[in-house]
Amino acid sequence: MAQTRLAGSRIRERRLLQQIRQSDLAERVGISPSYLNLIEHNRRRIGGKLLINIAAALNVEPSLLAEGAEAALIERLRQSAAEAGEQGAELEQVEDFAGRFPGWARLMVTQRRRIGVLERAVATLNDRLTHDPHLAATLHEVLDTATAIRSTASILADTREIEPEWRDRFHRNINEDAQRLADGARALAGFLDAANAGEREGDTGSPQDEVDAFWTARGGHFAELEGTVKNSKLAKIVAAAPDLVSASAQAQALIALKRYRRDAVAMPLSEMTKAVDKSGADPLVLAARFEVDLGTALRRIASLPQVEAGLVICDGSGTITFRQPVDGFVLPRYGSACPLWPLFRALSRPMVPLYEILHQPGRADDHAQRRDFAAFAVAQPRSAPGLNREPLFEATMLILPHPDSDEEEVSAVGANCRICAAQDCPARREPSIMADGF
Amino acid sequence: MGKHVLLIEDEPNIIEAISFILSRDGWKVDTHSNGQTALEAVRLKRPDLIILDVMLPGMSGYDILRGLRGEAATAELPVLMLTARGQTKDREMAEQIGANRFMTKPFSNAEVLEAVRALVDG
Repeated sequence: MAQTRLAGSRIRERRLLQQIRQSDLAERVGISPSYLNLIEHNRRRIGGKLLINIAAALNVEPSLLAEGAEAALIERLRQSAAEAGEQGAELEQVEDFAGRFPGWARLMVTQRRRIGVLERAVATLNDRLTHDPHLAATLHEVLDTATAIRSTASILADTREIEPEWRDRFHRNINEDAQRLADGARALAGFLDAANAGEREGDTGSPQDEVDAFWTARGGHFAELEGTVKNSKLAKIVAAAPDLVSASAQAQALIALKRYRRDAVAMPLSEMTKAVDKSGADPLVLAARFEVDLGTALRRIASLPQVEAGLVICDGSGTITFRQPVDGFVLPRYGSACPLWPLFRALSRPMVPLYEILHQPGRADDHAQRRDFAAFAVAQPRSAPGLNREPLFEATMLILPHPDSDEEEVSAVGANCRICAAQDCPARREPSIMADGF
Repeated sequence: MGKHVLLIEDEPNIIEAISFILSRDGWKVDTHSNGQTALEAVRLKRPDLIILDVMLPGMSGYDILRGLRGEAATAELPVLMLTARGQTKDREMAEQIGANRFMTKPFSNAEVLEAVRALVDG
C-alpha cells in the first residue's frame, strides 16, 4: 500500500508542472476526470497498466511515479537469479544491491531477459533441426543427390574408356540429380530464412509469448474494439503489431481479439465503467447485470483501463493459455504454475465460482508491505456439448489487489516452485532458491 | 574370398554409380532397394560382402544389421555401412551393433573400392 500512496501526488505534481488539464490527461488514458481526481488525491490505487499509460502521457518513466520502483526491481532481480540458477549471487543482499546500484541492477535484469530469449530461440532451433521431418528429409535429399553426383562425375572423369551408352546414361543421371540438388538446397535456404526470422529482437521462440508481449504492450485494453468492429480491423491490428512475428502468434492473437470484441459488445465500456465506478468490480454482480457468464465478466473486468487486475486462463490440461500480469502477483512466464491457485481447483469443480484471498509468501516478511489479492475463478465449458460427452473446460481467474485485512482468511500460494519461499508445502514440485531444500 | 557384393540402397543413381565401379573392379554386384525384404534377399543371394545404407525408406539400416548379426549364417558377414551423418554417436552405434566399416555420404569412389577390398581380404 505504501508503495503507491504517493504515486497519485506525483502524478498531480507532474501534470501541473506541464500545465496539462485534468480532463485532458484523463481522456488520454481512457478514464473519467473524476476518477483521475481521486487518483491524484490518493483515494484510489493505481498501478500496472494505468500507471504505465499515465506515465507515457506525462512523458516520464513509470518508476518515477511509483515509489515501488525499487521493490519491483528487487523482485525482478530475484527472478533473474532463479532463472540463471543462482550461480553464487548474494541473495540476502539483493535489496542492498538494488538500492545502491539501481542502474547495474536494471542492466542485470535486462541482460538476463535477453539471455532467456536467446536460450529459447536456440532450443527451438535445435528442436526443429532434430525433430522437423521436412528438414530431415530435405537434408537427406541434398546429401543423397550430392553423393550420386560426386560418384557419377568421378566415374566420367576417371574412366579412360567408357562406352557411349554408359557415358550418356551417367550424364543424364547427373543432370537429374543436379536439379534435385538445386531444389533441395533452395528448400534448406528456406528453412534458414524461417530460422532467422526467429532471431529478431524480442522473439522468445514461443507464439504464446509473442501474444503475451502484444497484449501487455497494449495494457490489455483495446479502445478501438469498443464498438462495432469489422474483422478487417482486427486483422489490421494484428498485422501492425511488432510483437506478433510468427503465424501461430498472429492466429492466436486474432482469436483473442475476436473474443475481446464479443466481450465488449456484451458488456459495453461506458456502462461497465459506470457500474464499476459505482459499486466496484464485483464479477457476480456484473455478470448478472449484463446477463453474461462469469468467465466473460472476469475477462471484461481485466480489460477495463480503470481497474488494476490480472487475469489467467488455462485449458483442461492446466496449461496456461492467457496471462495478464498485475503488479505484485507473480505469474510465471514459462513452464508451470502453482497448483494451489484457485484457477486449477476450479477445473475440478466446473461451473462453481470460487473466491479466495491470496498472498504470495516471501515477498516481504514485513507485514506492512504484504500484498493480498482477491481471486475469482471459474471453470466453464468452452465447446458446444456433444451427446453423452463432457464438453471441453476452460478455467479463468481474475486477480484483484485487495486491502489487507486480518479478519479474512488468506491462502498462501506461490508462482513457481523454484522461486517460492513457502515451507512445508504439499504441492511443492522442486526445491526453491528461497527456502532450504524441500 | 569371392567378390560377390549385395548393395542395399534405395537411391537409383547411387546404385548405378557404385555398381559400375565395383563391376569394373571385378565384383559381381546385386542390388536390393527394399529395406523390409532385405534380410530375405541376403539369405537368397548369399553375398560375400554387404554395403548397407542406414536410411532406407520405412526401415532402419541398424535394424537390418541387427537382424544379420542375429543369424548364425550372417553373424560374421562383412558389412560396410553408408550414412548421411558422421557424428560420433552414429559411428559408435554402428560399431556396437556390428558394422565392420562405416562411411559418410558423400564419399569418393576410391574410398569405396579400398573399403570393400579390405573387408574381403581382412
